[in-house]
Amino acid sequence: MKKWKGQKSCVDRRYSLWKRTCVRVCVSAGVRTSCLQVKVAPATVEEESLPVLSQQTWGSIPLPDGTANSLEKIANAYPTSSFLDNGISFGFAAEVLLCFSGTLTLELCVGDPRPGLRAIFWPVFSSISSAPGGEVTSVPRLWEACSGMWQPSICIWPGSSRERRLELLSLGACTRLGRGLLSEKSPIATPPTFCSLCLQFAMAKRLQARRLDGIDHNPWVEFSRMASEYDVVNLGQGFPDFPPPDFAVQAFQLALSSDFMLNQYTKAFGYPPLTEILASFFGKLLGQEIDPLKNVLVTVGAYGALFTAFQALVDEGDEVIIIEPFFDCYEPMTLMAGGRPVFVTLKLSPTQDGELDSASNWQLDPTELASKFTSRTKALVLNTPNNPLGKVFSEAELELVASLCQQHDVICISDEVYQWLVYDGHQHISIASLPGMWERTLTIGSAGKSFSATGWKVGWALGPDRLLKHLRTVHQNTIYHCPTQGQAAVAQSFQHEQAHFGQASSYFVQLPEAVLRSRDHMVRSLQSVGLRPVIPQGSYFLIADISDFKSKMPDLPGDAEEPYDSRFVKWMIRNKGLAAIPASIFYSMPHRKHFDHYVRFCFVKDESTLQAMDEKLQRWKTELRP
Amino acid sequence: MFLAQRRLCSLDSRAKFLKTIYSSKILGLPASAKMSLKITNAKRIEGLDSNVWVEFTKLAADPSVVNLGQGLPDISPPVYVKEKLSKIAAIDSLNQYTRGFGHPSLVKALACLYEKFYQNQINPNKEILVTVGAYGSLFNAIQGLIDKGDEVIIIMPFYDCYEPMVRMAGATPVFIPLRSKPVDGKRWSSSDWTLDPQELASKFNSKTKAIILNTPHNPIGKVYTKEELQVIADLCIKNDTLCISDEVYEWLVYTGNKHLKIATFPGMWERTITIGSAGKTFSVTGWKLGWSIGPNHLIKHLQTVQQNSVYTCATPLQEALAQAFWIDIKRMDDPECYFNSLPKELEVKRDRMVHLLESLGLKPIVPDGGYFIIADVSLLDADLSDMKDSNEPYDYKFVKWMTKNKKLSAIPVSAFCNEETKLQFEKFVRFCFIKKDSTLDAAEEIIKAWIRQKS
Repeated sequence: MKKWKGQKSCVDRRYSLWKRTCVRVCVSAGVRTSCLQVKVAPATVEEESLPVLSQQTWGSIPLPDGTANSLEKIANAYPTSSFLDNGISFGFAAEVLLCFSGTLTLELCVGDPRPGLRAIFWPVFSSISSAPGGEVTSVPRLWEACSGMWQPSICIWPGSSRERRLELLSLGACTRLGRGLLSEKSPIATPPTFCSLCLQFAMAKRLQARRLDGIDHNPWVEFSRMASEYDVVNLGQGFPDFPPPDFAVQAFQLALSSDFMLNQYTKAFGYPPLTEILASFFGKLLGQEIDPLKNVLVTVGAYGALFTAFQALVDEGDEVIIIEPFFDCYEPMTLMAGGRPVFVTLKLSPTQDGELDSASNWQLDPTELASKFTSRTKALVLNTPNNPLGKVFSEAELELVASLCQQHDVICISDEVYQWLVYDGHQHISIASLPGMWERTLTIGSAGKSFSATGWKVGWALGPDRLLKHLRTVHQNTIYHCPTQGQAAVAQSFQHEQAHFGQASSYFVQLPEAVLRSRDHMVRSLQSVGLRPVIPQGSYFLIADISDFKSKMPDLPGDAEEPYDSRFVKWMIRNKGLAAIPASIFYSMPHRKHFDHYVRFCFVKDESTLQAMDEKLQRWKTELRP
Repeated sequence: MFLAQRRLCSLDSRAKFLKTIYSSKILGLPASAKMSLKITNAKRIEGLDSNVWVEFTKLAADPSVVNLGQGLPDISPPVYVKEKLSKIAAIDSLNQYTRGFGHPSLVKALACLYEKFYQNQINPNKEILVTVGAYGSLFNAIQGLIDKGDEVIIIMPFYDCYEPMVRMAGATPVFIPLRSKPVDGKRWSSSDWTLDPQELASKFNSKTKAIILNTPHNPIGKVYTKEELQVIADLCIKNDTLCISDEVYEWLVYTGNKHLKIATFPGMWERTITIGSAGKTFSVTGWKLGWSIGPNHLIKHLQTVQQNSVYTCATPLQEALAQAFWIDIKRMDDPECYFNSLPKELEVKRDRMVHLLESLGLKPIVPDGGYFIIADVSLLDADLSDMKDSNEPYDYKFVKWMTKNKKLSAIPVSAFCNEETKLQFEKFVRFCFIKKDSTLDAAEEIIKAWIRQKS
């Protein structure tokens, strides 16, 4: 173990790390001066026994040269750390392990127990009586000693090159580190983003539940933000930019203005008129007797139905088969329930030359699919019509899935939110209508997609009571009710659809006709600049092949680790004024690199939006000409 | 689109199919298990399926019953709140998705409102999360912050979802009761119910992750005082514990009492999630909008749960709520402001309920806040002998008896207790008084007839 001059830290497990104390640690680092000063001072002393260590200073700690250079790599090495490197210098937010009783010294240990990395600062504790000189503690030992607490973290000091001080408030410190306090009480000019980082460390116990590990990232946040920052035609997120049909809008208005009791709670598992109409409407379609009280659960959007299903049925260690590309929430929802996602990829079978690629050419390999079923497989998530591909699963494909589910006693979670949006004479088939499948299938639907009213957030799950009773248990312990008026409006809208079923006046007939025109419009337009759309048979979406761009301009700006499609979308937003969503986010991490040459466009857009798209594409096309 | 005819012969073939698939598995199993061995619930919801509301709401659904059970107002929400919503529903874009963690104009309004109570500015995007009701906030907070093996302190009686939510997160609830001092001669008040500081301290240990506080309290109506909150705050800080503060009845506080936010106590902001409710604020429980406010290092974990559970809440309702808030934010000191006028209106109803219950010979616990009142009903000596299911606590039987024989419904208070301590509270039932006058008149009629019958 390497020794550093004059510094020592040792972790002594005699200390009860959980005991409180109120210590304020001030760390100041001279930027570009290669020195670091540490001060420890008690803040609000609540324990008499705590010795006052006021303003004790450990002089300067010499830093090795070139420290800033190696820092950026550490972010990956320690997932809990956060880096903001301004390239000039660095500082750190010490992991605040200030939960001590008894004597305490905060000591900074300079040095790196891992070869190849330099200048990591570990704040560690040692007894005040232990004399300087000794060994740098190893990271594993430190972590061991702090087990149950947050792991040591490091971060870089942002801002300009003048001396700054960073205050980390320990648990007992009686102030909220906020913008007001910063400007008043301390000379820190650190931006608020950094402050929150400090605060993050203020609690010694691990804050978030483990079920959130690895599911906090959400790709939508970044791309939605970019789409709003630039002047773009937004073809990214999947929502209509046209209004719901008149009868649905009127139904909603009626729900708001008629009975004022619709402002109050309704039945927990669904507003009775809604569960009744869903039962009769889908009962006919599925050829199944549906009991509104036992076989229907109304949820906060289809998203809520999916979440409820995973929480109710997937246990720790259970495997869930997910067909790639997949609507991105299936994976974190599985993980949050403690399950293990098992991916099976739709394979593209080659097309004839000159023929446009079609989503129907993306198929399941039966042998591969069968190989994914094990004794731990609890559920399979099916999404037809599929998002982002627009694939409508054929009867033969569904029969394959169904027979495997039955053979292995697996539940099928069937996400059918785009069921009305099917084109070119294709037919949507609910897997629950196949022999033997009702008993093991949850059929999930969405009023948002059915009536172009995504903002109402009304969805449902249909299925046998033996499955739905568990969903009801989750529902009553998560949100209990869904908003009443939206449910009333959806109930009325379904009544309209039931009365007009199959006729030209049915929205479920009109909508796919209108959206089909948008699809064909978009397909033609995208081709004009060399984007190669894959023709969808259903849904709001299509993906376009960008491999030509990838070979022509492989070096788009962005992180080397970032998939090409993600860089392409950012480039397109910035330079071409068009927002889409990279298709790789619909793949599991290991498979992303194989599917980084598609982007997803949403075509459920108003005529005017598509015209705006055409203008952007026209300009793009002009730029392409030599 | 659908192939309905597909099902024609399905029953037949399914039966056959099952036999071949399951024949080896079903040997020796009861009929109920023969469908499947694997298709069962996740362990996290084992034993969490019963729910007092489902049962008692069903009972009270009979239209001839005067329902003072579930806490849902049958008064109309303020006119401007309804009007805002009607106008908004006519705006096309507000029928589509909005920002997942809260509609921008709503989080802005909430930040502006609550900055009046916290000393600090509140970042609308990072320190606020809009949820599906306060219920959704509780769920997000517990799922986001509570882990397997953690302990969570719950003060009894408690809003009944706290316990199953904590259990669903894999944690152990640790209960501490509010205890009442003896009251001789004078009226029994919710403020007579207090926590024993020593007892409370003894519940904290190294596994304690959080305490759930509810002030004003449901069902007792207790409004915690500054001193009481300080004791809790000190223990939270000393033991490095989070505080989930359910303050949905924050505006409903009656003369002589003041609602205090524990998050404003020194050292508490950084460890507190404060939960509020549009349903309780504007008497629109059916909108199912609530919010959590707290430091970003806590809120961001609630946001993670949200983005993986419902992603976003209904847009038109959020916009309408934002606009309703702006109306009242601008007139906070005005008696017209709903935050001031509703408690005034309810205080009259509370007093009316107190008199009614007293006239029946009961000694109700006069609430300082909230819209519930509880009373010991064992004094009535109701003859419950014909109530079946003798294993049920007294109050369950009493409420069923009262619903059936008196056509008046309420909620048994032991539903707000854990299994072991139900006996401590089984003599109490809870009445909800956020009801229009005609409903209270009907209740009065029932009670008067009851008195006549008794005498």
